[in-house]
Amino acid sequence: MRHSTRIAVGPVQFRIGSDWAAPVAALERLYAAYPRDDARPADATVRLFAARPWRRWLRPSVHIGGDFVVPGALPLPLAMGLLAAEMGMNLQVALGWRRHLLLHASAVARDGRALIMSGESGSGKSTLAALLGEGDWRLMGDEFTLIDPQSGDAFAFPRAVSLKNSAIAEVAARVDAARLGPLLAATPKGDVRHLIPRTDAIAAMHESARPALLLFPRFGGAASIEPMGEGEAFVRLTEASTNYVALGEAGFAALTRLVRDTPAFGVTYADSAEGIALVEQLWADVLK
Amino acid sequence: MADRAYRAAPADALRIERLGELTAIFDRRSMQTHLVVSPVPEMLNAMGADACTPAGIAERLAATFDLGSAEDAQPILAERLSELAAMGLVERA
Repeated sequence: MRHSTRIAVGPVQFRIGSDWAAPVAALERLYAAYPRDDARPADATVRLFAARPWRRWLRPSVHIGGDFVVPGALPLPLAMGLLAAEMGMNLQVALGWRRHLLLHASAVARDGRALIMSGESGSGKSTLAALLGEGDWRLMGDEFTLIDPQSGDAFAFPRAVSLKNSAIAEVAARVDAARLGPLLAATPKGDVRHLIPRTDAIAAMHESARPALLLFPRFGGAASIEPMGEGEAFVRLTEASTNYVALGEAGFAALTRLVRDTPAFGVTYADSAEGIALVEQLWADVLK
Repeated sequence: MADRAYRAAPADALRIERLGELTAIFDRRSMQTHLVVSPVPEMLNAMGADACTPAGIAERLAATFDLGSAEDAQPILAERLSELAAMGLVERA
């Protein structure tokens, strides 16, 4: 491809190729502080390409390709090339990664222990992780958490945080503008702006953390904390895992162990401050 | 129907993990995960490697659990067995 780069996020080495310079330049800015080893073989390949040669110039639209493709996925306008790259990276990891049990969950760590938050889009798991990561927690990731089948430990995937809609202003007010990517307005996911994780989180991205608390956040509504049984947590996490079926018995063993060893709660909160307070309260309780 | 005999899957075919009120069963042959509730784990345990009819299972379960009337339990057990057969966790003997 005409333009390409390599990015390592946690254990995943990406090779990203693009028909255009802009998405690669934007990625290189977001991932400038990440360790880079171009000699390492790529685990996943993402390709951003024009459907027809003239489409590089005329109303350019970005198709997402790679080792895995979603047939019929609609192309994005070139202005959203960065979002296309992010979607491509997510897709390759979600469908291709086999070394860990992959949970669609955010995670932060403190003192070598991990808090894992799983929820659907809009649950606030990503915003909570980003805000906690600006405090005295280490951001492990806003989208995926990797569980090692052997040890049961959580591994980080601290890609640039994808802030959406109201979370953008909330986080932007607390961080240096140099850590924010360009505003991608009115994308299929709403307004999107990327946040570069803190350098300490990037430096520690290969350090594992033992899961200590599983939360299933829900944004909106009166504050509540509901203990969740092992069975329900298991069911929810099988749904939140993109490779549970592919891992077979290793995935089954990793997940049963995770829900048995880790207390789980559903939490509802009305705003981020309340969400963070609930997290801190539960964290203090489980580590007593 | 009610006295049809079934045999449980070989012990090494299933990995059974109790998770609170649910029990997760991983079937190594189909690579499928099944989530079941009582009395299914107890039934599979009671069957062992033998061909069992609902009456036979009721008798074995009654040794450990208070089933009330074994006659009342049998149609329920027959129904569960037929569901388990559809899931591939037991087969007709």
